[in-house]
Amino acid sequence: MLGTGFPEASLRAGLERRPAFLGVDAGSTDQGPQALGTGEPLLSREAIRRDLSLLLPAALEHGIPLLVGSAGPSGSDDALDGLWRVLREVAREQGLHPRVALIRAEQQAEHLAGELRAGRIHPLGAAPPLEEATLRRARRIVAMMGPEPYQAALDRGADVVLAGRSTDAAIFAAPLLRAGAAPGPAWHAGKIVECGAAASTARTAPDGMLGLVDDEGFSVEPLDRGMRCSPLSVAAHALYETPDPTRLIEPPGTLVTSDCRYEQAEDGRSVRVTGSAFEPAQRYTVKLEGAELAGYQTIVPAAVRDPLLLRQLDAWTDTLLEKIRERARGFLGAALEPGSWSVAVRVYGRDGALGALEPERRLEGHEAMLLFEFTAPEQAQATAIAKSAGLLAMHHPIEGWEGFVNAVAFPYAPYEIERGAVWRFSLNHVWELADPLAPFPIALEEL
Amino acid sequence: MARLHELARLVRSKNAGPFAVTFDLIFDDPSTFEAVRDAGVVTPGLFAKLYGVPEEQVTLVAYTPALAIKATIPRPVASGDLADTDVFGAQLYGPLVELEVPGVAGRGAPAGGAVRP
Repeated sequence: MLGTGFPEASLRAGLERRPAFLGVDAGSTDQGPQALGTGEPLLSREAIRRDLSLLLPAALEHGIPLLVGSAGPSGSDDALDGLWRVLREVAREQGLHPRVALIRAEQQAEHLAGELRAGRIHPLGAAPPLEEATLRRARRIVAMMGPEPYQAALDRGADVVLAGRSTDAAIFAAPLLRAGAAPGPAWHAGKIVECGAAASTARTAPDGMLGLVDDEGFSVEPLDRGMRCSPLSVAAHALYETPDPTRLIEPPGTLVTSDCRYEQAEDGRSVRVTGSAFEPAQRYTVKLEGAELAGYQTIVPAAVRDPLLLRQLDAWTDTLLEKIRERARGFLGAALEPGSWSVAVRVYGRDGALGALEPERRLEGHEAMLLFEFTAPEQAQATAIAKSAGLLAMHHPIEGWEGFVNAVAFPYAPYEIERGAVWRFSLNHVWELADPLAPFPIALEEL
Repeated sequence: MARLHELARLVRSKNAGPFAVTFDLIFDDPSTFEAVRDAGVVTPGLFAKLYGVPEEQVTLVAYTPALAIKATIPRPVASGDLADTDVFGAQLYGPLVELEVPGVAGRGAPAGGAVRP
């Protein structure tokens, strides 16, 4: 991923093999909805600048295009503009003058509402049908482009393509398909290389991957000579972040890997893949992603060490949370609409990782961490509740002790931490397109 | 009988998009992979029970080229939403690690060490 770094030697080793293009994915939804909610980057500008300052001159010197997809990481317009600023700085510093195509992926809620009324937006999996109000509540909505906008940008002579949200594999499949590669190998190679060296047997650090595609298949090879791919490691990568390794759904169709053969090449470190197939879809669809504001949050972490308290923890937190709610209603009163705010606690040491899904309900061990969460329509309200809650927790009675207790160990002063806005993913839908280019405007800029 | 961690090279979980989490059970050799696949314990029902989702919403695939069994379930809470406990879905595999798999010897178990039910 752009900004996670790669050794300069790996880039040089790859360039010696005379590739047709350089591609890099810059996006993900793994980190949660806040990147799309805020439009802010996940990785630092400095880290992204470092990677671009090597990739940009490398591509221009070798006369090959550089394709960057799902800018920073949400693929929204703000994220794309942020990446564009970094690229301009790098170009200026190095005296480079690329022709850059910017492809936008952000969508207007009103336009999508019309598409919804026209029956062109459908729920994915078990998602409920979309409501127009959900579209309007979203702070940002992006559509995940396929390869066609990249190809159109290359057709217009772009040296560098900076794209908003796109499927990971489309970044790499686009120039391959444009050069006439068979769709099965092109999409499958794209899916493997989009995570760089992740498909190698032991990825010790972020690094790049070389893909070589022909009519019958493709091979992949880690750029770092110290890493290798095995048939198992490459096949296993088809499992990554996807529900079904045999059928990978992309906007124009489905990559089918069920008849694939994975063979170790003679060099012992590259793997040859044949048998990848691509089934064109009846309808061209792009996935929609949206994020809406869930509120503002302030949290309070606190450790508990008293064995008496640990033995009665649920009852203690139940009565404490009720006391906190009552107090909050007391001082915030009418400002807090019912249902607009919440008070909750997580118990680390018991079910911090799995929550309600944890099959082991027992609390064992000599301590636990309580993480109190206060969510409200405004940050100041969440923090007001948190400030009051900390002292209520400190002295909340413990059964078995008489007198004024001190019940929790706060690691920090002040004990509350403002988390800012919290977001939620609000769309799990696909949008049927008559024209794969229409929602993704392309602008050419000469530097 | 062996525990899953004694049989698999890797057990992991990760989001497959913000609304689903996917579990990979990856093995070293075809015989262990096939034995676990056919042991009748890694089933949609297992994931339904462990993670509180309806069985018909569990997809389970054995992928021979990778010697892997893969299950995907809808996330009970979308990634990063207020009640979410694991934004990447990274530790949700925890309850699978010590799963008892009958009739299969663990890796490195002495010959004949398997206890057949």
